[in-house]
Amino acid sequence: MIGAALASVGGAVLALLAALGRLTLFTGQTLSHLLRPPFYGREFALALVQIGYFSLPVVGLTALFTGGALALQIYAGGARFSAEAVVPQIVAIGMVRELGPVLVGLMIAARVTSSIAAEIATMKVTEQIDALVTLSTHPMKYLTLPRVLAATLVMPLLVGVGDVIGIFGGYLVGTERLGFNAAAYIRNTADFLEPLDIVSSLVKGAAFGFIAALMGCYYGMHSNRGAMGVGRATKSSVVAAAVLILAANFILTEAFFSA
Amino acid sequence: MIRLTDVHKSFGENAVLRGVDLHVPRDESMVVIGGSGTGKSVLIKSVLGLVTPERGTITVDGRPVDQGDRDAFLARFGMLFQGAALFDSLPVWQNVAFRLLRGALRRPRDEARAIAIEKLRRVGLGPDVADRLPAELSGGMQKRVGLARAIAAEPEIIFFDEPTTGLDPIMAGVINDLIREIVSEMGATAITITHDMTSARAIADRVAMLHGGKIRWTGPVADLDASGDPYVEQFIHGRADGPIKAVR
Repeated sequence: MIGAALASVGGAVLALLAALGRLTLFTGQTLSHLLRPPFYGREFALALVQIGYFSLPVVGLTALFTGGALALQIYAGGARFSAEAVVPQIVAIGMVRELGPVLVGLMIAARVTSSIAAEIATMKVTEQIDALVTLSTHPMKYLTLPRVLAATLVMPLLVGVGDVIGIFGGYLVGTERLGFNAAAYIRNTADFLEPLDIVSSLVKGAAFGFIAALMGCYYGMHSNRGAMGVGRATKSSVVAAAVLILAANFILTEAFFSA
Repeated sequence: MIRLTDVHKSFGENAVLRGVDLHVPRDESMVVIGGSGTGKSVLIKSVLGLVTPERGTITVDGRPVDQGDRDAFLARFGMLFQGAALFDSLPVWQNVAFRLLRGALRRPRDEARAIAIEKLRRVGLGPDVADRLPAELSGGMQKRVGLARAIAAEPEIIFFDEPTTGLDPIMAGVINDLIREIVSEMGATAITITHDMTSARAIADRVAMLHGGKIRWTGPVADLDASGDPYVEQFIHGRADGPIKAVR
């Protein structure tokens, strides 16, 4: 009985370590292609547009509503100890340091990771990946590297846009609903934001973009055959990306802001 | 030209190839027949390096396939996949000219497009198809586009994986004729995987039968009906009774 339980735990640990090893190798292979020609510029440009430009609406809406809700919450919570006036500062710091990068990261995991995983898994199931190889094209170089690189480079921009729109959402609620003076709201926001806040936000964006695209590619490339395989790869990629983004957020927050 | 010697390949407990020996001379059209799941596709994928055998050697012109410049090696091959395996996101002409738009065989875009349209014409498709997406084509048209892609870079060796599967008899006949014509015209060495005997007779110079993970019989297509091998006879006549179990 105890032996069976131990074997079960041991099996799970071994499976986890094997998966970690595969993921590490996959990451290393992806990065190694960065240094070796050829580089597929067209695929990179397409990935930039797909991941960056077409994600703007969802990022904007997410940030706008989050910034507005944050302003309402801080105002209501601050009223308990007469600190309603801190709304602009807390909205700015909250959006830029945490909510902006994390929410944009999670939205990208939902929109982009799932799309990449489903596309690559379908390509695998329909032998398109094999066809790439027979056409002298390395699938990692053609499919994985452009997507991972594009997501890593474009995510800081998306997070920056999300931060600004989130702060704007707080500003709208603060000035239109909570009675803040517009000029004072903007001054307080600008005065309390520090360069490190912005740098941390953009670095988190790059890290989350890397994770989101890498998970999509990894699960797509390792999917099993059939519709169930594609579905499972898509689901697993989003779950893994979301969990890794939240874990990376904790590590980066600790690195940037622990005293 | 292509020689497989004692090639073994397993997937988990399932030993698919158990010592395959096969020789395909230059300029010959070899058709490998055999039941579903007997490892026919694994055999050609092993030659291309898409599958790595556990044991045995595979050589092309005497050189092991896992040695030397891989891009140069693959540039000698064209392959038509069972489901055509066209890239969904690219228009037809870019599928056909894929190899000519990137890598060592890269040509100017206009030239690559002109070659793609010429290859499409060769397989009986008009230039109006060039800018359509693969999803907009019928199964037969997709197979033809796959064939055009396989021959676009004028390879020395062409593999056809189940070229007529899923096609109606007329379209299957058209594809068989195209394969035969193109292989003769290009002077290419070809290996075709099929369980369609009409296709095998139309395409083959020689036939090999794969069964039980080994080449059971090989010989000229003219000798197929007089092979004297009970496995071959059962297979080519489609009999349920015989040494090959109907339920595998």
